[in-house]
Amino acid sequence: MSTPAFARKDELTAWLFLLPSLVLFLTFTAIPVIAAFGISFTQWDLFNPAQFIGLGNYSKLLSDPIFSRVMGNTAYFVLLSVPIQMLFGLGCALALNRGIRGQTFFRIAYFLPVVTSTIAAALVWAWLFNANFGLINAFLSLAGITDVPRWLASTQWAMPAVIIVSIWQNLGYAMVLFLAGLQNIRADLYDAAAMDGARGWRRFWFITLPLLSPTTFFVLIISIIGSFQIFELVFVMTQAGPANATNTLVYYIYQNGFQFYQMGYASAAAMVLFVIVLIMTLVQYGLQSRWVHYG
Amino acid sequence: MADTARNKPVDWLIFVLLLVGALVTVGPFAWMLTTSIKPDPEVFRYPPTVFTADPQWRNYIEIFFAIPFGRAFVNSVIVTLAITVLQLIICSMAAYAFACMTFRGRETVFLIYLAALMVPPQVTIIPNFMLVRTLGWIDTYQGLILPFAFSSFGTFLLRQYFKTIPRELLEAARLDNCGHWRIYLFIVLPLARPALGALAIFAFVSQWNNFLWPLITTTRPEMQTVTVALSTLQGQYNTDWPLLMTGSVLAVAPVLIIFIFGNRAFISGLTAGSFGGR
Repeated sequence: MSTPAFARKDELTAWLFLLPSLVLFLTFTAIPVIAAFGISFTQWDLFNPAQFIGLGNYSKLLSDPIFSRVMGNTAYFVLLSVPIQMLFGLGCALALNRGIRGQTFFRIAYFLPVVTSTIAAALVWAWLFNANFGLINAFLSLAGITDVPRWLASTQWAMPAVIIVSIWQNLGYAMVLFLAGLQNIRADLYDAAAMDGARGWRRFWFITLPLLSPTTFFVLIISIIGSFQIFELVFVMTQAGPANATNTLVYYIYQNGFQFYQMGYASAAAMVLFVIVLIMTLVQYGLQSRWVHYG
Repeated sequence: MADTARNKPVDWLIFVLLLVGALVTVGPFAWMLTTSIKPDPEVFRYPPTVFTADPQWRNYIEIFFAIPFGRAFVNSVIVTLAITVLQLIICSMAAYAFACMTFRGRETVFLIYLAALMVPPQVTIIPNFMLVRTLGWIDTYQGLILPFAFSSFGTFLLRQYFKTIPRELLEAARLDNCGHWRIYLFIVLPLARPALGALAIFAFVSQWNNFLWPLITTTRPEMQTVTVALSTLQGQYNTDWPLLMTGSVLAVAPVLIIFIFGNRAFISGLTAGSFGGR
């Protein structure tokens, strides 16, 4: 049927199908990744020629007190926002999986923040967190709290405020993934457990949770990767302030690259982000076989 | 799976908790809407009022004069639609090659495309900015559109779906002397409408909300997209909260409408990444 000549014509057609994607992929992803790596070894302000400085940017990152602050802030953000949004997301998924009334409404309601422009969401929340006229402090006063926080103007409370908004925006995503995971658990496993007399919490601990573990792990990794990339909330709500209290990794990349025109230094910080995301992704792939139950 | 043994009081408790949660997730949207029509002094009243007795709709006109918001809206529509259409065409072509054709190097190229999913967009943004600047594409539609015209995620999503199309169908078409272009256009694409729909909604929603790239590649207000216009509005009018909320309402309205009508397709696209298998 397929003579060599025919096959060769097919090969050519296949590459024609791939051509547009290959051109765009090489231009805007593959070559830029390599270029970013190269730029991270230079000192470059865009206006003068780039200078090769070896590992200079990386050693500067290590001794830069603002960068340590940035990494600390990012870790604080990830460590707080990820577990809380996962817990809430799982709770909502379990509740909705009971076939509760109005579940379509709830699913849409909880997911709306996920599809919303972060810029618009951050603007409303900046207004809600306004120390003098915001709804949140109005509620707190109503509840009898007289010493209300200054939120975005306070070095102590600005980051918690950003974290609250991030949880609000992302819990719907965790919920949807958990819901899909729950629906993948076969009903007959529950029936078998019921015959053995397992109900309620036992059912949850010994069937739902173990069978949900691949999903949980996936949500964990995806949430960590997403959290490391936090930028827009900080851009609108605090501009990294007060006194760098909310400066995070991607904001620092943006600041150095597009406000201070330190392209090399910004690229080195971007490489740090790349390595973190890469490790997370490889861990996910590596452990997948151990976690995925084809139940 | 839903419980068979219903527990009425527990169900009611859960329902109430979910309702409170929904109030928190939807509340800010309602607050956006009511603030956008509040008269100026009322915005700063303490404690705040929830509804206004004197709605001011003029903000929805004023915003188009305060900054070129109408132009930003049109820009966003043009950029987002162009990216969506280009992704559908380019990703589906690549996905067809990966799912329905055999050629040397297929697995390698596919793996390289997949590996790109690991690259955070912020890593390529500096070289891409330099490229676009060198090409003189700052403040142009091509500069806003082309870097996003292809997506690895979209290709992966469509390939998974194309693989579920029965082989017999494609082979029968081959025997009838049908070329790959015709099979792609007249058999595979029509059959893959659900997957194409999911990708279309996904691409539209994420590109409409895109911020960092249009922020750094536009300098003239007439070339800004909605998200960037909104952030400059904050810089210029950071005490005019009704106007800021008006802009936010206009920025989120299109995606919310598209999402509410297409939420099933969107969510199936979203979860396909986690359960697609390999």
